[in-house]
Amino acid sequence: MATKVVMEALSPTMEEGRLVKWLKNEGDQIKNGETLAEVETDKAIMELVARGEGVLRKRLLNENDAAPVGQLIAVIAPPDENIDALVSSAGSAAAAPAAPAAPAAASAGATQEKVASGAPPAPPTARPAAPPAPSAAPSGNGGGRMRSSPLARRMASENGLDLQGVQGSGPGGRIIKRDIEAAVASGSAKQQPTAGRFVPAGEDYRDAPLTQIRKTIARRLSESIGPIPTFYLTAEFDMERVAEMRAAMAAMGDEFKVSFNDIVLKAVATALAQHPEVNAHWLGDKIRYFNRVHLGMAVAIEDGLITPVIFDADQKRMSEISRESRELAKRARERKLKPEEYTGSTFSVSNLGMFGIDQFTAIINPPEVGILAVGALEEKPVVVDGALAHRKRMRVTMSCDHRVVDGALGARFLQTLRRLIENPLMLVY
Amino acid sequence: MSVITYRDALNQALREEMHRDDRVFIMGEEVAVYQGAYKVSKGLLQEFGEMRVVDTPITELGFAGVGVGAAMVGLRPIIEFMTWNFALLAIDQVVNSAAKMLYMSGGQYNMPMVFRGPNGAALQLSAQHSQAWESWLAHIPGLKVVAPGTPYDAKGLLKSAIRDDNPVIVLEGEMLYNTKGEVPENEEVIVPLGKAELKREGEHASIITHGKMVLAALQAADQLGKQGINVDVVDLRTIRPMDVDAITTSVRKTNRAVVLEEGWEICGVGAQVVDYIQRDCFDDLDAPVVRVHQADVPMPYAKNLERAAKPDAAKAIAAVKKVMYLE
Repeated sequence: MATKVVMEALSPTMEEGRLVKWLKNEGDQIKNGETLAEVETDKAIMELVARGEGVLRKRLLNENDAAPVGQLIAVIAPPDENIDALVSSAGSAAAAPAAPAAPAAASAGATQEKVASGAPPAPPTARPAAPPAPSAAPSGNGGGRMRSSPLARRMASENGLDLQGVQGSGPGGRIIKRDIEAAVASGSAKQQPTAGRFVPAGEDYRDAPLTQIRKTIARRLSESIGPIPTFYLTAEFDMERVAEMRAAMAAMGDEFKVSFNDIVLKAVATALAQHPEVNAHWLGDKIRYFNRVHLGMAVAIEDGLITPVIFDADQKRMSEISRESRELAKRARERKLKPEEYTGSTFSVSNLGMFGIDQFTAIINPPEVGILAVGALEEKPVVVDGALAHRKRMRVTMSCDHRVVDGALGARFLQTLRRLIENPLMLVY
Repeated sequence: MSVITYRDALNQALREEMHRDDRVFIMGEEVAVYQGAYKVSKGLLQEFGEMRVVDTPITELGFAGVGVGAAMVGLRPIIEFMTWNFALLAIDQVVNSAAKMLYMSGGQYNMPMVFRGPNGAALQLSAQHSQAWESWLAHIPGLKVVAPGTPYDAKGLLKSAIRDDNPVIVLEGEMLYNTKGEVPENEEVIVPLGKAELKREGEHASIITHGKMVLAALQAADQLGKQGINVDVVDLRTIRPMDVDAITTSVRKTNRAVVLEEGWEICGVGAQVVDYIQRDCFDDLDAPVVRVHQADVPMPYAKNLERAAKPDAAKAIAAVKKVMYLE
C-alpha cells in the first residue's frame, strides 16, 4: 500500500506552499510521523510529516518550488511496489483545477490518502472530530484514519496529550498504552492547547441572536462607513504607579522584570474578563460572546505583521504573560509560529509605543470587535489637584466595531482599564 | 486441610447434602450398584439405600422427566448423566420442563433439581462424545449453569446447586475427576452461585475462563510468569448468572483480555464474555479481545488432530502475547 504525500494546508488560509528543504532522500526508510520536508506557508515555515510507512520512493517537487495544496509531491511505498501509475498521475492531478483533495485539506487537514496501487484514489477519510479547542484544530493531520486503542485515547485525554504527536507502535501504526506512557514519560507529545489549569467550567462562549435594533444599527452604520463601522475612543492614562511598580519589581532581580506592555496586556485581559460584551466576534447573523479571554498581540515581523495569541490571558499571572509574550514575539520574528498559535484571539492589542508614536488607530482584526492601540509612555505636564505637575502618561485608542460595541460600552471598558492601570495593585486583586 | 480428588469432592458434597436433607436423592445410569460410571456416587447406595440412590434404564429422557415430576412434588432430585453427550436425548425435559416450570406455572412449582455429569472432551472419544455443551445450556432462561475447575469449587458449587430451588446444571469433566486440590475437612465448603474467583493475580492481561480450561489457564500463567508476564486468571465458576463485575474489574486493571473456553467459537460462552467487555470496558481496552476455543470442527479421533483442535495452555500463551503486542 502506497501513501501519497501531498502538499498539506499547514495554515488555515494556505493555498499553496513552497518547499524550502527536503529532509529525506529518495530511498530513505520513512516512519509514520517523521518529518519529510520544511514547507513555507503564507505565514510560517512548517514541517510536513509522513502519514504512512515505507520507503520514500519518489520526490516530485524540487526545493524552492511551490505547489498548490493537495498536489502530490512525493510517494512513500514498500520497496517492491510498482508506483509508476501513481507517479505519472501526479502531473495530470496537479493540472486539474481544484484538485479534490484541496477543499478537504483546507477544512480538515486530511490530505495523505492511502491507496492500493493501481486503484483509483479513495476519497479522503475524515478524522474523528477533535475536542473543542480555543484555537483552530491543529492542522497537518493524517488522511489515513489515525488508529489508537480506546484506552490510549482515554489516557491521552487524561494527560492532556494530543495523539497526533504520538508515534503508534501497534499493528498498522495503532497508538497503544505503551506509546502514551512513553510520550508522557518523555514529555515529547504536544500538550493540547486546552490542557492545563486554565480551563474554566462550562461553555467557552455564548451566541446571542441579533436583535432588530442591532440589525438596524449594523446595516445603517455599514452603509455609512464600510463593512466594519469603526469608531475610536482615546484616553490618556496616568502611568506613575505602573512605572513605580515596574521599577520596584525590577529592583528585586532580573527575573521579576516585566515590560510596560506586559502590564498593559494583563490589564486589558482583566478588563475584558469584566466586560465580556467587548470580548466577542461578529458572525454576520449573530454575535459570539466569549467566556474565555484569548488576547492577540500584534507583532511586527520583517515583511509584515502577525498576531500571536495568549490564550486565557485573564487567568495567567503577569510573569506568565511576560514570558509567553516574549516567546511568542521571538518565534513570530523567526516565522516559527504554528497556526494554532496565531488563530482564535477574541480581542487584540497593538503597541507602537516603542517607535515613539503618541497615539494611533489600529484596524480591527475581524471577526473581533475591538482592538486597543497603545502609544508611547511620555512625561507630560498635567494638572493634578489644581497644580501643575509632571507625570508619566500613556495614550490608548480603542477601535470599536459599532455593530457590537456602542460608544458608551467602549467607554465603560476604557474606564475599567483606566482603573486597573492607574491602580495596578488591582491586577492582583 | 486435606488434598482430595475432584471425584471425592463431588462424592463428599452428595453425601453431606443427602445427610442434611432427606428429600435429596440421586438417580441415573449405574449410579447405585456399579457405584457410578466414574465412581462419583461411590458408597452412597450402601449408606442411603435404594430409595435414595436409584439405578435407571438407559432412558435419559425418561429419568430426566421422572426427576422433574419428583421436584414438582417437593423432592430434590440429582439427575446424573453418564456424560452430557447423552443428555441431548433428555434436552426436552431440561429445557422445556425443568427450565420453564416455575414460569409457566405462575410461580406454583419450584424446580429444586440438579442435572450433573462430565462435559467436554476427554481423550480420543471422537466427535460424538467430545463436546462441551455450556453455551447451549447457558442460553436458556430458567437454568443456572456451573462449571467447577477445582475440587474445592466442585464440592462448594455442587452443594449450592443442591440447595438452590431452581434447576442447576453442573458441568464436570472426565479429565478433571482425578485432579487433586485442597479442600478443608472440618468446615462446610459452600461456593455461592454466580460468583467468579480470581485464581491468579497479575497486571498485564486477563485470562477469563471456566471449567476444565481453568487448569490450562493456570499453566499458561505459570509459564508466562517465568517470562515476566503476570496475568489475572478469572475463573467464572458460574456461567449463568455470570459474574460480570469480576470480568470488568480485571479488564479495567489489565486493559487486555483473553477469553478461553473448551467449546466451539460460534455463539460460545466467550462471545458473551466479550460482549460484556466491549459494553462495559470499551475505554479500558488497549487491544482487541482474543478468544481461544476448540477448532470449528467435530472433534477428530486421531490423537495428533485432536490435540491440534483442542484449546490448551500454549494457545492461551500465544493469545496473551497477541493482546500484549508481543508477537
